[in-house]
Amino acid sequence: MGTISKIHEMLTSKQVSCKELTESYLRGIESDNTALNAYVCVTGDEALKTAEAVDKKIAAGESIGLLEGVPMALKDNMSTKGVLTTCCSKILTGYKPIYDAAVWELLKAQNAVMLGKTNMDEFAMGSSCETSYFGGAANPVDIDHVAGGSSGGSASAVGGNLAAYTLGSDTGGSIRQPASFCGVVGLKPTYGAVSRYGLIAYGSSLDQIGPITKSVEDAALVFDAIAKPDKRDSTSLGAKEDTYSKLDNDIKGLKIGIAREYIDGVRDDVKEAVLAAAKVYESLGAEIVYFDLPVLKFALPVYYIIACAEASSNLGRYDGIRYGYKTAHYNGTHDMICRTRSEGFGEEVKRRILLGTYVLSAGYYDAYYKKATDLRGTIIRAFNNAFENCDVILAPTVPMTAFEKGHAVSDPIETYLTDICTVPVNIAGLPGVSVPCGFNAKGMPIGMQLIGKSFGEATILNAAYKYQQAAPEKFKDTKWGVKL
Amino acid sequence: MGCKAVKYELVSGFETHIELSTKTKIFCGCTTQFGGEPNTHCCPVCIGLPGTLPVLNREVVRFAIKAGLAVHGKIAEVAKMDRKNYCYPDLAKAYQISQLYAPLIIGGYIELSNGRKIRLHHIHIEEDAGKLIHQHGDTYVDYNRGGVPLIEIVSEPDIRSIDEAKEYVEKLQQVMRWVGISDCKMQEGSMRCDVNISVRPEGTEKFGTRTEIKNMNSITNIARAMEYEYERQVDLIESGGKVVQETLRFDDATGTTSSMRSKEDAHDYRYFRDPDLVTITIPREEVEELRSEMPELPADKFERYTDEYEIPEKDAALLTKYRSISEYFDKAIEGVKSPKTVSNFIIGQIFRRLETEADKEVFDVATTPEQLCELVKLLDSGKIRNNLAKSTLEKMLDSGKGATDFISESDMGGIDDSALLELCKNAVEGNPKAVEDYKNGKEKAIKALVGNVMKNSRGKADAKAAEEKIAQIIRNA
Repeated sequence: MGTISKIHEMLTSKQVSCKELTESYLRGIESDNTALNAYVCVTGDEALKTAEAVDKKIAAGESIGLLEGVPMALKDNMSTKGVLTTCCSKILTGYKPIYDAAVWELLKAQNAVMLGKTNMDEFAMGSSCETSYFGGAANPVDIDHVAGGSSGGSASAVGGNLAAYTLGSDTGGSIRQPASFCGVVGLKPTYGAVSRYGLIAYGSSLDQIGPITKSVEDAALVFDAIAKPDKRDSTSLGAKEDTYSKLDNDIKGLKIGIAREYIDGVRDDVKEAVLAAAKVYESLGAEIVYFDLPVLKFALPVYYIIACAEASSNLGRYDGIRYGYKTAHYNGTHDMICRTRSEGFGEEVKRRILLGTYVLSAGYYDAYYKKATDLRGTIIRAFNNAFENCDVILAPTVPMTAFEKGHAVSDPIETYLTDICTVPVNIAGLPGVSVPCGFNAKGMPIGMQLIGKSFGEATILNAAYKYQQAAPEKFKDTKWGVKL
Repeated sequence: MGCKAVKYELVSGFETHIELSTKTKIFCGCTTQFGGEPNTHCCPVCIGLPGTLPVLNREVVRFAIKAGLAVHGKIAEVAKMDRKNYCYPDLAKAYQISQLYAPLIIGGYIELSNGRKIRLHHIHIEEDAGKLIHQHGDTYVDYNRGGVPLIEIVSEPDIRSIDEAKEYVEKLQQVMRWVGISDCKMQEGSMRCDVNISVRPEGTEKFGTRTEIKNMNSITNIARAMEYEYERQVDLIESGGKVVQETLRFDDATGTTSSMRSKEDAHDYRYFRDPDLVTITIPREEVEELRSEMPELPADKFERYTDEYEIPEKDAALLTKYRSISEYFDKAIEGVKSPKTVSNFIIGQIFRRLETEADKEVFDVATTPEQLCELVKLLDSGKIRNNLAKSTLEKMLDSGKGATDFISESDMGGIDDSALLELCKNAVEGNPKAVEDYKNGKEKAIKALVGNVMKNSRGKADAKAAEEKIAQIIRNA
């Protein structure tokens, strides 16, 4: 598998030059992206330029960093100077930022080779990637299935070997859910661990950038590289500790909690796979404790109220005046703004803007938004209590496996329900990592989620790593893309 | 009809925006300088590019705390920023970052000269919007002003007359300039007032329906708008109509108000906590530190001047209009017997040389307060007389030199009675023409004789005594 450590070894041992490696990824994209639709923008020239610089360093005998020269991609909601950043929305047609997102600054400084920007649900609103203005990304395990969302392109690219790793963003499960659907690893860090500067906002109090990778080690590596404090984001604190160096710590005696509410109501195949993973943990010396987390039933409405309220405000700026799409014919400023927004936003985005506008409006604020923020406090406290009796919470990532294309569009409510296991983590600001833990009868991947205490990434990544070591057969490669 | 004419009382409250004179904007590092080529004082943050985040400029908090201390407000221990959502092309993010639920300053008041206190509801911090420029039949946006820090001072509806309203604005302007947080220039828009106004029959408690007037760029226009609106509301009620709650625009040219939007069309701002900004905590030590740095406030100075120095209220008001004047005065009175004399020199002679309000505010005079102090001390000790002091001050103000550059040792000390009599006799003898004129009823002619005495005494003589003596000599001749 084309993991970061493998690529690093190939580069430093000169088995392949960075340019050759990059070219093979670009060829892979050229041949397979039609099927996967993981990329919405490919930046080959820039990638090759960076690759050549890395090759020069290697030729000069200089040492290179672990992420140096490794081909990767960014979700299309992260600002990249001079490179199209559209959030897969018509309204950002042609928008090229004049500055780089903090995460891209950090990776660029390490000579990361960016291959392009990945597909996503429009403004990260969706669970299938199908609300993308460019059409959905396909699941590399079976392209008749969705890649999941909203970071569908990022998960599809990693699963389809069109990038060694990608960055996604997770507001209600948008990293973990597609990672679970595509059989790869996805880490949603603690709120505040990674700077949001340059991430085009959906739900600002929930959004967090994180890696989607082929292995747990890779997730740790990328997380360590991007989890730095940033003065430009007031909510940013950086990581508390390095995670990569803490992998392979003994988990004997680790208390893994399972909330009954997380297990009830998920599909049988998913439930079985997660419980089987619990058995693996027991065999590794961890202790499984069951507990109740009744507040979870509030999570979904709380999430949709808060995320949509923030989105309705965050998306107000797309008015056609300064950048992006602008309607062709209009009569005055007001009409121009109305038409631009009506034509520029897709159905799901409009739905959430309306919902958010409604819950914040005079007379409804207390009943919806205020209640939701109060309940958010309740959920945070419930998690804090739960962590008094366990170190890590184990849960399914999604109650089901990837659905067939077109399914999400037909039933928005049922699609919202796919977020039920992932949103509590965003509401509470906690870290969560999705790790492959099995396959259903049709061979579609099942993911499990390890949830940690605030800034407890090292603990959950170590637990995930232990599982990966014990059950490597759950981490399967697909037929697509670059074979190393 | 036999109707008894009802008198109506005006009830008004003010919402005053003041631009803070911090060096940089409230959420980014751009300059706050007024003007500049359009869109040159901007960055990705203040033009709200997607993905950018605001970072609070702590200096804004400190400026706002100073404003709060200046009006005796309570400084909150924690404050939060909220988003005020509305769509307008000059508002790059389609929301203004402001404060609603947890403002920085709570309460406070402005005391008027009639002793009434206009209570303040709160003061909050927020960002300014850009500006629309209409040109060549098109509309352009200039975001230079976008993100300039503002405080909004919200008063209770405690104002009861147009005079009170004017004084409220003047006092607010005075004290905010005084503590150095803003230049409060209404013409440049660094101070802007929205006026809420209603009327009610005198003696009743219940508030009438209010209207809000916007768009006034001077205190004169505030008064004009309020006068017009008061009359309009009274006429409306008198003729059996009802005041409708609405927002009005004042038209400078016609002196009238017209409707901008009705209550039904009022914006629903959908305020909510801005998730991009963390809670602001204000340690008490920081408040105390700022309090200790506060200058003596104009109201306190006014009281000191009138009570301790027995300076007339009118003069004390002039001395405390700008901080620079009062500081000059305070330095000039150090060690003098009569601060009132210093006050008279400043108001009588120095003010005459400062033509505009701006000149008075800058108070750039050639004579230092120490030099004035030295001059007054000579007067205090009886070494020189008032008229010599006056003429010397003029020379000092012309040249920037000290009093002793113009007054020699021999000038000091008065002259005794016999010497004065001698000088007066000489004056009468040497100016027969003036004496003749005076005798013929031309009273002014005596001034020439007095002038002669003053000249020959090198200003040491007392002019009043000289005049009396000369008149006596002529009468007795």
